[in-house]
Amino acid sequence: MKKKSLTLYAGLTILGLIILAAVFAPWIFHFDPNEQDLLSSLAKPSSHHWLGTDELGRDVLTRLIYGARVDLTIGFLAVLLPFIVGVFLGLVTGWYGGRLDQIVMRIVDTVIAFPFFVLAIGMVFILGPGIKSIVVTITLVGWVSYCRIVRAAVLVAKAQDYVHAAKLTGLPTARILRRHLLPNVISQAIVFSMSDIVLSILAIVSLGYLGLGVPVPTAEWGSMIQEGQAYILSQWWMSTIPGLMVVIVGFSLSLIGDGLVARLER
Amino acid sequence: MNFLPYIGKRLLQLLPVLFGISLVVFVLVHLIPGEPADVLLGQHATPAMVKVVNHRLGLDRPLWVQYFSFLSRTLHGSLGISFYNKVPVTSLINGRLLVTVMLLTGGILFSLMISVPLAVLAASKRGGARDQFVRGVPVVGLGMPQVWTGIMLILLFGLHFRFFPVGGFGDTFPAHVKSIILPALTIAIGLSPILIRSLRASMLEILDADYILTARVKGISQTRITVVHVLRNAVIASVTVLGLNIAYLVGSTVIIERVFAIAGTGSLMIDAISQRDYPVVQGVTLFFAIIVVVVNLLTDITHAALDPRVALK
Repeated sequence: MKKKSLTLYAGLTILGLIILAAVFAPWIFHFDPNEQDLLSSLAKPSSHHWLGTDELGRDVLTRLIYGARVDLTIGFLAVLLPFIVGVFLGLVTGWYGGRLDQIVMRIVDTVIAFPFFVLAIGMVFILGPGIKSIVVTITLVGWVSYCRIVRAAVLVAKAQDYVHAAKLTGLPTARILRRHLLPNVISQAIVFSMSDIVLSILAIVSLGYLGLGVPVPTAEWGSMIQEGQAYILSQWWMSTIPGLMVVIVGFSLSLIGDGLVARLER
Repeated sequence: MNFLPYIGKRLLQLLPVLFGISLVVFVLVHLIPGEPADVLLGQHATPAMVKVVNHRLGLDRPLWVQYFSFLSRTLHGSLGISFYNKVPVTSLINGRLLVTVMLLTGGILFSLMISVPLAVLAASKRGGARDQFVRGVPVVGLGMPQVWTGIMLILLFGLHFRFFPVGGFGDTFPAHVKSIILPALTIAIGLSPILIRSLRASMLEILDADYILTARVKGISQTRITVVHVLRNAVIASVTVLGLNIAYLVGSTVIIERVFAIAGTGSLMIDAISQRDYPVVQGVTLFFAIIVVVVNLLTDITHAALDPRVALK
């Protein structure tokens, strides 16, 4: 049991350090992430530029940390809305069933039929690249998972005594759903949201790589990976390090997720 | 006995989904800002010319009429003509099909080659050191962006060891196979964490089953139990998990093709988007969705055929 808490705290510590570095970046790093210095472009790592510079002479370490601001913020934001929408619809469809449930489930089936990136690329095409279209796209697709998770949990909880008891006391449905059912069905959705943040960061990175993500020159890990690919022979770290950052963030969120599972199972 | 009605029921459930897909694809393309006529005619279009083109394309009809003509055209197997290449979209997709099929098959094969042995290893002793190690794989693997994994594989096996080409698809079949290995491996590395997790769980569940206990009591060796009894059932489980993740698989080919500069169906779509070639975008999106739906259906049917309990539910 103690070891499981360790997992949670290890994850929180790693993620916390990255968030701290991103928040206090202007005080820690003396370079501007977008400041170009063409005279020292593609510099090797040195005491001046710890991770070297990119093709426009921008400091790679600075861009890496500023990239955390963009990727983490959108990653969390893009999970928040689907979480709210999905949990709400899952509660309602699971509770009422019937026609509404049928319709929502067919919509779910339809959304699942589209590969995420195919839909995402289409949406970015419609809305234009940018943070807004990424969040909208991920919301349109992401609510489905929460809806299914919560709906399944509601179907189980509905048959239990405490819900019957609440019904018999004549409480209004909204109150039963919010005060009695929600706290009992939401834990799985919270655990899933940890890996969902990883998935949405991966989506942002992939869209950034395809040039459909956050517009240039904003520092973002996906576009950094893409820019580095051209210099892979001489400056292998340019693509490698941003990808490693994503892996570390994903690792910390997985640890948090596993730790949460252990907590909730107790 | 319950098998045929089950297939019937599944096919019936498919109808609203197919209707939904056609609607989404239709609406998607109609939401795109700008008119096709502008793209076709270029900058010097006059309003009169735009009107003629819109009439020729049938874009001046009410939306629902356009939708039904799109639907009937699609049901007759036509996806329209590409604005840019002036050839049927179906023949464009056909030309790229080999890449997509090879990527998907290669990706699935490699995924199984990675995850089945690891899952067997983990399930052989629950909570042991090997199990702990295998459980750690998804924790790290899930967070790896596929674009990055691809570049790392290029760096290691393409540039450092020079085992495989760093991109392209080659001209001959052996060259195709050689060029598809790294991209397929990239897909597999992305998919394996998911597979390993569910395979390990289902194998542990199988090991707890009564018939395994019976086999043990009969004195059958552990190896034989693992291979004959557990693995065979685990294959059923992996078919289901693969089916569930087919959308993920298909979606990743779009990105992987970009990383390795392979001209498959995915890059056809991305190119069509930059050329504002609406029929192609529409056709490829529909094509991808249909693949997912058909594979899901086949998975369910296979699952029901292998495990009679499914049809009873």
